[in-house]
Amino acid sequence: MAMLSVKGVKKSFGDLKVIRDINIDVNKGEVLSILGPSGSGKTTLLRCINFLEIADEGKMIFDGVEYDMHNATKKQISELRKHTGFVFQSYNLFLNKTAIQNVTEGLIIGRKMPKDKAMKIGLDALDKVGMLDRKDFYPHQLSGGQQQRVAIARALATNPKIIYFDEPTSALDPELTGEVLQVIKKLSDEGMTMVIVTHEINFARTVSTDVILMEDGYIVERNTAKEFFDDPKEQRTREFLQMITNTLGED
Amino acid sequence: MTSRVWGIVLDSFGKILLPGLTVTIPLTILSFTFAIIIALVTAMVQFANVKVLRKIARFYIWIIRGTPLLVQLYIVFYGLANVGILLKPFPAAVIVFSINEGAYAAETIRASLESIPVGQLEAGYCVGMSYMQTIRRIVLPQAFKTAFPSLFNSLIAMTKNTSLAANITVTEMFMVTQRIVARTYEQLALYLEVALIYLIFSTILTYVQKWGEKKLNITEKSEV
Ligand SMILES: Nc1ncnc2c1ncn2[C@@H]1O[C@H](COP(=O)(O)OP(=O)(O)OP(=O)(O)O)[C@@H](O)[C@H]1O
Ligand SMILES: [Mg+2]
Repeated sequence: MAMLSVKGVKKSFGDLKVIRDINIDVNKGEVLSILGPSGSGKTTLLRCINFLEIADEGKMIFDGVEYDMHNATKKQISELRKHTGFVFQSYNLFLNKTAIQNVTEGLIIGRKMPKDKAMKIGLDALDKVGMLDRKDFYPHQLSGGQQQRVAIARALATNPKIIYFDEPTSALDPELTGEVLQVIKKLSDEGMTMVIVTHEINFARTVSTDVILMEDGYIVERNTAKEFFDDPKEQRTREFLQMITNTLGED
Repeated sequence: MTSRVWGIVLDSFGKILLPGLTVTIPLTILSFTFAIIIALVTAMVQFANVKVLRKIARFYIWIIRGTPLLVQLYIVFYGLANVGILLKPFPAAVIVFSINEGAYAAETIRASLESIPVGQLEAGYCVGMSYMQTIRRIVLPQAFKTAFPSLFNSLIAMTKNTSLAANITVTEMFMVTQRIVARTYEQLALYLEVALIYLIFSTILTYVQKWGEKKLNITEKSEV
């Protein structure tokens, strides 16, 4: 059975139909990358799945529990979020907390975990993303790449069953993307279930099991990573990949 | 100045300072503390968009900011007496200063809350914290830092505004000064003297403010 199964999600902002009708399944240990042009609804989709945005319609089964994506209760949502991690494009580290406090906050406050236990988990998580030596630094004392690695550690520390990434590297200077992608790659090697919205084609190719192309609120194609890049089913996917490769070439 | 005037000034310094320490300062501290509590609640119900309470908060702010502080003092102390509510001068002053400053501070705090990026709240949700937990642990501390200079200015302003309480017979510094003036007719010297004492109070507070801002800046910085 799928870890995450989303059925018939729809979401509009006023007259703008952003998610038209989307179904997604993600199996345990799978890494699903979502590609698509700007404005196609990728962020909105991830936000709906973690209830940061309330969908107009849709059903979701996560780890065997069913949720109405339009009418879930506060309690259901907060229970769900105890098992998911979310990494934002703009990191969103708690600005008034140090790196280690950022990581332990959700454990100590959100889950009422004893401090020493939370601290141990937090330090392990920071170590995993290579940020242990900066554990007492505040976000403003860290580079973008370092902040994003702390943000990943913060998501990891809560021992999530799935982590959602919304363009984790697109706010970063090109020379800093590598360190973040490396961390995500490591997680995928360890079997973490992940959904990653990204514009990094090469990264998506190496890290994903499956890839989706989204456009205009629809899924154009879902395929295995290999097929998606080497022999896509849809003409539209070919065009999209062509366009992306061209822009990369111009850089 | 003649030695007679000097004598009066020196002699009255302690007499004016004493109610400064025993009335002006407690009045300010009490009123400001209550004001902050009122302001936090008033700001939060607006920020969290709590249906009816939000409207009540707007109404309260509208009334208080639209009427003079002196008039408010008169209404509560002399006016309410007409309907049988008899308040002692000091509690009446505390009530009016708290409610008055609460409305202004509420706006300061609300603006600071709204200046915190929504991503801070969302990040809280995503690590399994509730709305109130995220507000208390993440959003409010950051908002407080933003609001601090402005709130502290209000505290300094309130310290001086407590002199208005003389109008409702609170024996604070200015009231005591007026009494000495009535006896000695040395208006200029004595009013300058009480002004100087207010200035000393404000100056001390200004230093406390600088120290506080520095302290807040060591741990937090909103910009990356
Ligand atoms: N809160 C909102 N209110 C109104 N419109 C919104 C809101 N959030 C997103 N939109 C609109 O929905 C559309 C899809 O936005 P979304 O952020 O999901 O796209 P995206 O695929 O993530 O794009 P990008 O690659 O640029 O991040 C856009 O046209 C956007 O302007
Ligand atoms: Mg996006």
